[in-house]
Amino acid sequence: MLEKHNIKFPKGKVGSTPKEIYNIAKSFGGKVVVKAQIHSGGRGKAGGVKICNSAIEAKEFSKKIINTRLITNQTGPEGYLVEKMFVTEITDIKKELYLSLLIDPDSECPVFIASLHGGMDIEKTAESNQTHIFKMNCDPFLGIKPYKLKQFVAKLNLPGDDNSQIVSLINNIYKAFISNDCSLIEINPLVIDDKANLVPLDCKITIDDDALFRNKEILKLRDINQENTMETRAKDYDLAYVKLTGGNVGCMVNGAGLAMATMDITTKSGCYPANFLDVGGSTDKEKIKEAFRILVSDKEIKYILINLFAGIAKADLIAEGIVEANNELNNKLPIIVSMRGTNSESGFEILKNSNLNLHVANNLGDVSKLLLELEKTK
Amino acid sequence: MTILLDKNTKVLIQGVGRDGSFQAIKSIEYGTNVVSCVHPNRKDQFFQEKIPFFGSVKEAVEKTGANAGVIYVPAPFAMDAIIEQIDADLDVCVCITEGIPIHDMMMIKNYIKNKKTKLIGPNCPGIISPKLNLKMGIIPGNICNPGNIGIVSRSGTLTYEAIAQISEIGMGQSTCVGIGGDPIHGLSYVDVLKMFEEDPETKAIVLIGEIGGTKEQSAAEYINNNVSKPVIFTIAGSTAPPGKRMGHAGAVINGKMGLASEKILALKKVGAYHTEDLSKIGETIKQIL
Repeated sequence: MLEKHNIKFPKGKVGSTPKEIYNIAKSFGGKVVVKAQIHSGGRGKAGGVKICNSAIEAKEFSKKIINTRLITNQTGPEGYLVEKMFVTEITDIKKELYLSLLIDPDSECPVFIASLHGGMDIEKTAESNQTHIFKMNCDPFLGIKPYKLKQFVAKLNLPGDDNSQIVSLINNIYKAFISNDCSLIEINPLVIDDKANLVPLDCKITIDDDALFRNKEILKLRDINQENTMETRAKDYDLAYVKLTGGNVGCMVNGAGLAMATMDITTKSGCYPANFLDVGGSTDKEKIKEAFRILVSDKEIKYILINLFAGIAKADLIAEGIVEANNELNNKLPIIVSMRGTNSESGFEILKNSNLNLHVANNLGDVSKLLLELEKTK
Repeated sequence: MTILLDKNTKVLIQGVGRDGSFQAIKSIEYGTNVVSCVHPNRKDQFFQEKIPFFGSVKEAVEKTGANAGVIYVPAPFAMDAIIEQIDADLDVCVCITEGIPIHDMMMIKNYIKNKKTKLIGPNCPGIISPKLNLKMGIIPGNICNPGNIGIVSRSGTLTYEAIAQISEIGMGQSTCVGIGGDPIHGLSYVDVLKMFEEDPETKAIVLIGEIGGTKEQSAAEYINNNVSKPVIFTIAGSTAPPGKRMGHAGAVINGKMGLASEKILALKKVGAYHTEDLSKIGETIKQIL
């Protein structure tokens, strides 16, 4: 994606077995960097990236990592399965910088962020010393303003007489960002090598899911093995699923705000959500049924909490879906329901006339009370 | 008085598919003056046998005097619909559609500068003014009561929650505005706070925020300098785990500003009343007023 826009990276190749890794490393002269290919950042600190001095060392390292789950500070406790590793030529690093482009919701435009202190500790730099972070806003219509770019790169104090390398890199990143509907392109580290060349060593790209309908080429790159199975299953039904660790309440909600509020309320009762299924606004019965199936397939849950406020959704349809799925799965777990809004009265009728292990919450406050009672009586 | 909508509001609707038409009917039943629908291929037809379709927003405005628009069209076409409503100089455009690409929203927000139209949303429940029986969007009318509390919220369902609690304590709402859950959206907290402050009908304001971004902090700053009415607020997501993050960049650009605790601190500092328990919004209002 980036090479199409004239952004050059060190030579590299992907392998999926230690033998392949060995051969690739050998073809690069032995001394290489080997990186775990997972859809997450924070790999360096988690031990997923290593400088290897020989092809044998590369092979041994890949043996240890391939087919394990790599857990980083960005993956969540489950981590991601490493199926492939990326082997690249070694670069002689003189200095590590940080460069990224993202859409800043506050200024409502693409913003470049650069720091002279790149590498694995960039977050610490950001927290402790915002003065080491430089920003440049772009105009959604005009793109990068050349005079601003000049001022921006001047702050970086790069070696050499002109800043032509960084200027063209920034312009190319911008083009790649716009043409691929990116929400983030992050190059970290961006290094200056022994020949004073600017070399991007690692890159992370986030594509806006909402724009995939017009980026069919990118959709082909989707790697389902790097996704949570349940999340993928939910996504196919246009549902949002979030798995949390250490919880025992399966939650079905509509809307991100209510999901967060439900989490706050559940936590207050001493319970904790095991997962969240956001059924969103426009919902049909099949979607609700699938949501219920996904929810119940989580073996950690002891209670089901359905907390919905139907606006665009219709509570009676939701109720029908719940009852049908509950009967299909022969579910016996207690179900706490707080359901209000569009058609909620007929929704409750449907639930009450079913054989659900039903506990009705009349308002949000009741939800934590009911959870507390259930915990006591168990 | 109300904000954004008044008795002269004439609504046109763009996008009457399954959900759009259901909601359009609900709006009409509630009392909203829906004067026209827009669909390029349904010219000369009627919605519900009485509301005329037009091929373009401009034509609908010319023929029916529509001055406000609601959009339910699918996300890939929503940007064009919003731009069309802006170009037709509507006073208010409410976009309910969720899932609009962020690049599109960025363009829209820059295009709308210095234009007449006020954009609400997208990914929002819209606006409701119970006293006028007027609504644009999907907020259920039956939970509302005419009254003096203004609500502004990023979350749709939490807006309903606040409305229901206010109605349950026997009070009511002046106007409720769901500004939308997308990172880039039309009117901000600050824009709506300003309108509520100027609206004699509104005696108190409920602000519902959530984790992420720094928009609640901007609201706090505005309240400090410009708002004399009591503001009751809640921030959803205090117990949310840090979870999966978008690389380092989110943290790099804002530091810790997106945390619930930071937002609560900022709003408390300027004298806003905090409801920690979302189920107690109504109770808190009762205590204060």
